[in-house]
Amino acid sequence: MLDEALHSPRGKDGRAPDPLRVGGWMPMRQYGENDEVDFAIVGTGAGGGTLACKLAEAGFSVVGFDAGAWWRPLEEFASDETHQEKLFWTDERICDGDNPLKLGSNNSGKAIGGSTVHFAMVSLRFRPEWLKSRSLLGYGADWPLDWREMWRYYTEVEQALKIAGPVNYPWGPPRPRYPYRAHELNAAALVLAKGCEAMGIPWSETPLATVSAPRGRSPPCVYRGFCVSGCSTNAKQSALITWIPRAVKAGAEIRDLAMAGRIETNDAGYVTGVHYYREGQWRFQRARNVVVAGYAIETPRLLLSSANSQFPDGLANSSGLVGKNLMAQTNQAAWGVMEDEIRWYKGPPSLAVTEHWNYTDTGKDFFGGYAYMSQGPLPRAWVSSLAGNRGLWGDALLRAMEKYNHQAGLKIVGEVLPQERNRVALADEKDRYGLPIARVTYSLCDNDKALVKHALNFMSQSLSVVGARDIWTESDDTCHLNGTARMGDDPRTSVVNADCRSWDIPNLWVCDGSVFPTVGGVNPSLTIQAIACRTADRIRAMAAQGSL
Amino acid sequence: MPERYPGYDVLAKRATPSWNEPTRRVIDARLSIPNEPRFFTMQEWETLTAICDRIVPQPKDRAPVPIAALVDRKMTNDERDGYRQASMPKMQQAWQRGLAALDAAARASHGAPFHAIAAVKQDVLLKAMQNGELSGPEWNGMPAHTFFSERLAHDILAAYYSHSSSWNEIGFGGPASPRGYVRMNFNRRDSWEAVEAKPGHEAAARKANERVG
Ligand SMILES: Cc1cc2nc3c(=O)[nH]c(=O)nc-3n(C[C@H](O)[C@H](O)[C@H](O)COP(=O)(O)OP(=O)(O)OC[C@H]3O[C@@H](n4cnc5c(N)ncnc54)[C@H](O)[C@@H]3O)c2cc1C
Ligand code: SF4
Repeated sequence: MLDEALHSPRGKDGRAPDPLRVGGWMPMRQYGENDEVDFAIVGTGAGGGTLACKLAEAGFSVVGFDAGAWWRPLEEFASDETHQEKLFWTDERICDGDNPLKLGSNNSGKAIGGSTVHFAMVSLRFRPEWLKSRSLLGYGADWPLDWREMWRYYTEVEQALKIAGPVNYPWGPPRPRYPYRAHELNAAALVLAKGCEAMGIPWSETPLATVSAPRGRSPPCVYRGFCVSGCSTNAKQSALITWIPRAVKAGAEIRDLAMAGRIETNDAGYVTGVHYYREGQWRFQRARNVVVAGYAIETPRLLLSSANSQFPDGLANSSGLVGKNLMAQTNQAAWGVMEDEIRWYKGPPSLAVTEHWNYTDTGKDFFGGYAYMSQGPLPRAWVSSLAGNRGLWGDALLRAMEKYNHQAGLKIVGEVLPQERNRVALADEKDRYGLPIARVTYSLCDNDKALVKHALNFMSQSLSVVGARDIWTESDDTCHLNGTARMGDDPRTSVVNADCRSWDIPNLWVCDGSVFPTVGGVNPSLTIQAIACRTADRIRAMAAQGSL
Repeated sequence: MPERYPGYDVLAKRATPSWNEPTRRVIDARLSIPNEPRFFTMQEWETLTAICDRIVPQPKDRAPVPIAALVDRKMTNDERDGYRQASMPKMQQAWQRGLAALDAAARASHGAPFHAIAAVKQDVLLKAMQNGELSGPEWNGMPAHTFFSERLAHDILAAYYSHSSSWNEIGFGGPASPRGYVRMNFNRRDSWEAVEAKPGHEAAARKANERVG
């Protein structure tokens, strides 16, 4: 039901769905498989969708591929947690390590627009020092990027998505005003704000990628609260409704329900195109350049499973680092019951934030930082926290669930250190395409645990000072995935360079969350999009110089 | 336990701007599934139904949520989560193996199948499973506690909290597109949200909840 988009591709025959209109279509350019296009891009999320748009606007011929469906939210998104699982990457993955990850709904999307279709819209910039955390802060790895340059690209993305944010942001170097005014705080966010004030630290309205006033065909956010199940009003500025329509308009072709299975190379050691599965058969698209943008699990999976006699350890893998240094940010929470009615199901889930512990280096017994935000889990997500962490069932569970409307909570996005033992590798088991599935190994290190302990302690106090009762902490949750194809200055210790170009194969690129050498304590998508904008500018400059 | 939101019914909003057409179709289909197995055998079904009654003891004064049938449909359609721990078999096999193993444990300790033993004894066995104290050849290497948390409780609770009766119980607003919400502050309620009964004022809350829509 409502899943036609999952069964037959829509981006074909010279047209594509217009996600902003009921039953709408937009004309789309089409390339032949024998046309050697300038760029074949695998994945159309925060990284791939943005890059496809920027490269097409720069005049390159671009074909984007996504394994997922091309939805029209207005007519195909229900207000329902269960039904909307159709947005997630639910193909099997095997998880092990000391802290096996919970993937699926928690981490990754499969759709035109990628995970931004169901993300929570929190749009934060990196702290400048994090780009040089090894040199300046003594941990992790340096990025080959300069923060001042990134600051300009952040501004570009904030404008492109019309981010709604505060007039003054309390942390970091000055930034321009957010394009749209901040959203009204809900009670759950006011609990955070009151707590911060009582603890003597600053807080802010969260900069969010959902509009607070009309924008074209996007109405302002109606505070329905189903954001992580997909936005049925199109207030959310996902890649699906921003970068992708722009890309199509600029002449890119996007192919939905198109699963890339292998990247082909020639004797000279260059890539020549992508093998992909669509409409019941394997096909091949020729391309001068291939960009992998499948997110931190699928990107290394594709690079590793494209191994051949010339590149027996997988493509772009002379450093041995493809798949390694996976970083799943910690996502622990403190929860409590308020006397007041909170009704946290209203509004985007994280309307208030504090980055205090990202920008303060004293009073910490660990490296790195964390932000924490107010929360608003819907019933299924909430019961999964209660049962999963406290082991409740039977009457005890029903009694706890009954306090739903009085519940408040604070949740971190915590930095984790890059560790080579945290990795994505290929399992023996195959998926429905006959491709080896990913084995994801994950263990927190002592530093990660110390950070979590500090955060849980601080957030519990901050709930307690505003009168929360029955406070408990959730110690086992992770969120965004990054790493696994890190960028750097040295081919021996990184997979791609600052331009997201692989060291080993000059016409193979990676442009998504995989390129992060470190993760910082903020949600990654704004940074992924800023890097994609920068990469497009660099490609344009290199093409102009003839060095592409 | 007195009801916290007496008389509140999310479904009363079905025809209001809080529900759009896709939502009506999805929820209507969920509320009308027949309470019978398609995937599980009769024996598995009896065990599963008994487990559901213990994990979510339902009030007697309303139609029960067909939790077992909702779990069964997830198996029939093989709707997986997108990951599994390395120690676990795939979803369908995990359930089949876990149900058989629990039944075997009931027969071994009480000489009767799980569904036929007293509720307190069922709880003791479920607790033992949750604590990882059940093992034996029927488990075939699958850790009992992982089965309990990652499959049994996970799937049963997800099924229950996908049903509108559970939303009524906790005062959740339910579907909310396109109307959304307006009043965001502490203790503020839109007229299409549940009214909470303060102790001693249940009748007034019931009356107010009958107007929610
Ligand atoms: C519930 C949730 C909430 C989140 N909230 C936030 C938030 O508030 N703020 C924030 O910054 N981030 C948030 N994130 C994270 C954010 O969505 C991701 O970090 C970001 O989208 C990653 O971008 P990406 O380009 O790397 O991958 P994605 O956006 O996931 O895109 C990857 C795409 O590649 C496709 N793909 C993969 N492999 C293949 C293949 N072989 N062939 C074809 N297609 C393929 C996938 O189908 C997918 O569509 C959230 C994530 C989740 C799950
Ligand atoms: S709260 Fe706003 S952004 Fe979230 S789903 Fe609703 S309308 Fe979309």
